[in-house]
Amino acid sequence: MTAAPDHRPTFADVSLGERLGKAMPFLLIPILVVLGFFAIGAPSSWLTLTVSGLAMGMMIFIMASGLTLVFGLMDVINFGHGAFVSVGAFIGISVLIALGDWTGATSLLLNMSAVFLAVAAAMTVTGALGWVFERVIVKPVYGAHLKQILVTVGGLIVIEQLIHVIWGPDEIFINRPEMLKGAITFAGAAMEKYRLLAVGIGAVLFIAMRMILRRTKIGLIVRAGVENGPMVEALGYRLRVVFIGVFVAGSALAGLGGVMWGLYQEVITAGMGERMMVLVFIVAIIGGLGSVEGAFIGALLVGLLQNYVAFLEPKLALVSNIALMTAILMWRPQGMLPVVKAK
Amino acid sequence: MSDPILTLKAVHTDIAQYHILQGVDFEVPRGEVTMLLGRNGVGKTTTLKTIMGQWTAKSGEILYDGQDLKRLPVSARARAGIGFVPEDMGIFSDLTVEENMVLGATSGPLDPQRKEWLLAAFPALGTFWNSEAGNLSGGQKQMLSIARAMAEDRELYLIDEPTKGLAPAIIATMANALRELKAQGRSILLVEQNFLVAKALGDSAVVMDDGRVIWTGAMAELASNKDLQENLMGLSMEAH
Ligand SMILES: Nc1ncnc2c1ncn2[C@@H]1O[C@H](COP(=O)(O)OP(=O)(O)OP(=O)(O)O)[C@@H](O)[C@H]1O
Ligand SMILES: [Mg+2]
Repeated sequence: MTAAPDHRPTFADVSLGERLGKAMPFLLIPILVVLGFFAIGAPSSWLTLTVSGLAMGMMIFIMASGLTLVFGLMDVINFGHGAFVSVGAFIGISVLIALGDWTGATSLLLNMSAVFLAVAAAMTVTGALGWVFERVIVKPVYGAHLKQILVTVGGLIVIEQLIHVIWGPDEIFINRPEMLKGAITFAGAAMEKYRLLAVGIGAVLFIAMRMILRRTKIGLIVRAGVENGPMVEALGYRLRVVFIGVFVAGSALAGLGGVMWGLYQEVITAGMGERMMVLVFIVAIIGGLGSVEGAFIGALLVGLLQNYVAFLEPKLALVSNIALMTAILMWRPQGMLPVVKAK
Repeated sequence: MSDPILTLKAVHTDIAQYHILQGVDFEVPRGEVTMLLGRNGVGKTTTLKTIMGQWTAKSGEILYDGQDLKRLPVSARARAGIGFVPEDMGIFSDLTVEENMVLGATSGPLDPQRKEWLLAAFPALGTFWNSEAGNLSGGQKQMLSIARAMAEDRELYLIDEPTKGLAPAIIATMANALRELKAQGRSILLVEQNFLVAKALGDSAVVMDDGRVIWTGAMAELASNKDLQENLMGLSMEAH
């Protein structure tokens, strides 16, 4: 260690290189999109697949964002996160079914009002459920990973069974609201309206989350807490309160993801969240656990790759995500945007 | 004289199965710089972390402004007016220098006048204000850690080896900043291996050995008595 230079010498050069290193993962998305273009050949199919890959990616991101922050902040592995996805879907879809007159009308206003109410109800319930889950199930096992896995999987099973009790054992089919049905055609490519909406919602949410994390004090506390929780406390912030807030917000977002995924698939089951968890964990891990931006990139890569591969070589669709995870972890073992841990 | 700002009475701390602090007693008088000295591994850092609450005191009392801190969580101790500069600096390296400083001001926005004062004391921070703190040099991180603790006016500062690894010119800068803090009536408990700095800054000294306080007195007395230094710390000023 030497004295601090008062000038700005080599520092600027280093940071340029560093910045490029940080931007690299973001570049993977356009690279994949371009590769997809050449592999697929037909521009219209490519556009359709790209939109649907982005839509899928955005929905996975919405589910993964809470999970990755919860892990980053308190080292909590929450397998119960999938339960919030399922509960959100059942609450939201129930509201939509109850508002059948609104969703069946050919009025964008009525349709969107119904969707808004469904989402609000789903997020409120899953947010509250997340709060209870944190207090009852997660809090007693802070710092013990094995126990966390066991009890959160237990919580997941219990909640899934409760869904069976309340809504019955069968899957529920759902029609999208009238104005969200069908596709629009652009340059010969059919793009489902609903997927475009999902891309829009995901993008807005990501930008909003980024703004909160970068521009607000609470966001600073969260980012600092992911890196060095004890120091955040030593500065006078109650990290536990922040953590509960993040847990509740993450649960509510999982609920939103559930509603969106349900409308995407047009069918919901109690186990849907659990099944999504595989992708959600892949996304959180390749993004770098604790990094919202990493999860965003990871989710888009997973969504795009899955759609391209399913079109090109359907048999490989299932392994494509695992292959992606392997490749990325070989490149960056801590994920694309690794979080520096001071602990 | 008024009550001391901080009083430790028979404080014991265990780390895992080890009994590290074995009855630590001392006082930090208000508005003074108290040096916490001793050889490596005697428990200085553990003492600061116990005051801050990062380690839990098994027994004894930690009175801050007359109030027992032992029951308070770490964050409440900070909000009660204690600033902490840990030995490892605790810099948030993913955040910019500015963001680190903003977090240092716990109870509100960073006061512009205070910011000006700190940037005058540590000009390098201004140079790298918008850079990621992780890219700073070791000495710059050291300054950021101290400036961050000072970003808000606190009553008592616990500072663990602020001059570690710093070049002499920067040590002087650091010492001046601490002097200004003292001139504002703030109290400082300072762990310092550099005996010259200790001598220049300290009003009183607390010397530890093997998890206990073995000597307390005026810093000037310790500084002028080489045999005492030799006895207490196995060193004399010349040796440094
Ligand atoms: N996390 C820990 N686990 C186990 N033992 C620890 C831990 N932290 C400190 N110790 C032990 O506690 C004793 C006191 O350590 P401490 O860091 O307080 O010493 P110190 O006086 O600050 O030393 P130095 O001058 O080297 O910084 C040492 O023997 C150390 O090995
Ligand atoms: Mg130490």
